[in-house]
Amino acid sequence: MSALRNILLRREAGIAVMIVLFCLAVGTQKPQFLTLDSLRIILLLTPLILIGAMGQMLVVVARHVDLSIGSMLGFSAMVTGMMFKFHPEIWWPIGFLVSIGTGALLGLINGLLVTLFRLPAIIVTLGTLNLYRGLTYIVSNAKQIDRQYVPSALKAMSQTSPIFGIPWIIFISFGVALLTYIFVMHTRVGRQIFALGSNPVAAPLRGVAVTRVTLLVFSISGALSGLAGILYASRWGFVNPSNTGSGFEFQVIAAVVIGGVSINGGVGTVLGTILGVLLLGCVAAALPLLGIPGTTQSAIYGAVILIALLIDRTVRQQGIKSLTRARA
Amino acid sequence: MSAIQTPAARELPPARPRWQVIVIRPETMTLVLLILALFGASLLSPYFLDVGYILRSFTLSAEFAIVALVLTMVIIAGEIDLSPAANMALSACLFAFAQQAGVPMPLAIAIGLFAGLVMGAINGFMVIRLQIPSIIVTIGTLTLYRGLAQVIAGDKSIRVPDWFIGINTVLIAGIPLTVLIFIVMSVILGVVLSMTIFGRQIYQIGTNEVAARHAGIRSQRIKMSLFLLMGLVSAVAGLMTASRLGSVRYDLGLGGELQMVLMAMLGGTYIFGGRGTILGTFLAAWLLVIVSTGMTVANVLPAVQLVVLGVLLIVSIIATNFIYSRTQR
Repeated sequence: MSALRNILLRREAGIAVMIVLFCLAVGTQKPQFLTLDSLRIILLLTPLILIGAMGQMLVVVARHVDLSIGSMLGFSAMVTGMMFKFHPEIWWPIGFLVSIGTGALLGLINGLLVTLFRLPAIIVTLGTLNLYRGLTYIVSNAKQIDRQYVPSALKAMSQTSPIFGIPWIIFISFGVALLTYIFVMHTRVGRQIFALGSNPVAAPLRGVAVTRVTLLVFSISGALSGLAGILYASRWGFVNPSNTGSGFEFQVIAAVVIGGVSINGGVGTVLGTILGVLLLGCVAAALPLLGIPGTTQSAIYGAVILIALLIDRTVRQQGIKSLTRARA
Repeated sequence: MSAIQTPAARELPPARPRWQVIVIRPETMTLVLLILALFGASLLSPYFLDVGYILRSFTLSAEFAIVALVLTMVIIAGEIDLSPAANMALSACLFAFAQQAGVPMPLAIAIGLFAGLVMGAINGFMVIRLQIPSIIVTIGTLTLYRGLAQVIAGDKSIRVPDWFIGINTVLIAGIPLTVLIFIVMSVILGVVLSMTIFGRQIYQIGTNEVAARHAGIRSQRIKMSLFLLMGLVSAVAGLMTASRLGSVRYDLGLGGELQMVLMAMLGGTYIFGGRGTILGTFLAAWLLVIVSTGMTVANVLPAVQLVVLGVLLIVSIIATNFIYSRTQR
């Protein structure tokens, strides 16, 4: 009984209930929303956000925030796209290494600025958000990488499937989520991220190498943005210097905050983040079906971030209350 | 982290010579950079020696500069607001939408300004009453306000009446009206910040809010008034931009938060609060205008300008932090 109670009291249960209620509500209006086909649409909307959200989750748990992920996505995708365009002789899976490596490098720069100069991550990444976007224009000469240059084998990853008609990119994104789960739950460094985020002053006293963990967290966020970058090329078949990845950071931050990752650091789960991403995916899939114009999407993301912040605050205060009650 | 003082720092250090106190300040750095930028720009094009040309170029950034003045006060109080550019867009869209729907002009302007005030109040409520960090709140409201502007205006641009257009071309004593507003605002806010009890209390809140509250400062009320002022001034800036451009689109002022934060940071405002001056932001605004106009004159691609602005932002925080860590006040 108490095990069931524990499950129901978990934060993730709340998000799952919200997803179900939302889907049922939309389903009463448009029954076709409750079919396997729309599940496929929802899942196809989410892989990039899911991958970005895993990196962002680690950054937020470490009590930072990374606003530059959209630009890192764009830059890595552009570098990879240019490799495809100008060096078509290179075996295309090398593109994954290039994209992830580029992203990790950009993320490392963020991390270095934050740790070396003790700057707030929000300002640093606001700067690099623009910096990396500008660099994307410069390296690409403001030209788009068109469909014909993206290898068809790469594009096929978003369409063909190894099993059950589920495309490769969905497997990749859930694979990343699984690896992140193992990383945060079963490795020493993963647990240190939580220690650092819950108490940055105490963490170094307990032997956490703060600089190294922070650098690692930002590099992972960059590397995952890079992975999302090449998958963007796979999913959409082009890379555009201004569109690719623009506004990505807001979707990802929305997903992470909905998923119950506390902006005060130290709290967050992979499962919660996945559910947060899925909820966003459901909303994004339901809008066109309900005939709501796409221009409202940004406003809805904004509202969702604020609502999630309110929920986060309420949950936190109740947690503090129950802790004090338990001690009394 | 910066609040932790080593025991050695608590003993009074020997007083620094007066010239050092004056020279080693971020504002001095900004002034030197400004002179250098003017010098470099005049080599680039003789137009930069013409005050009229500089004033005309300033009208392009005057709206952001005005908001940056208030943002400086918000940052000194230890908070931040990333939503003003989105606030400008939404209040301008509401105003333009209302006047297009036949609402009389004065009422439409009032609607725009009131909307800005409400947006500031929402930010303030979430930050002060609900105790959610301002950075994340204003990221949320940034998305929300910009999104609502898009909902209202769609992808179309809304025209404003002809007589409303061109506030930037109105000259008073040879100075464009928007620039004059900026200068007057700078003087007023500079006096408020440095010479009134209210202004000094802002510094105390930013330095140590808990201590300030124990000293009897109504920190919540002061911060709330700053957020309200921020909202109102953003709305004014939004209307000024609408008047300059002659039409309103949802992407009005897009990316302006970078420029505003950059002006405050270049002017030596300390990102962790408690330090900074209006004079610094005032100088930084001019510096930024000359740099960006200079780049345009030199045919630098907009993309490269984006890179330069991003680098400037990071370099200016590093420099400011460095100066403050060297000179304990």
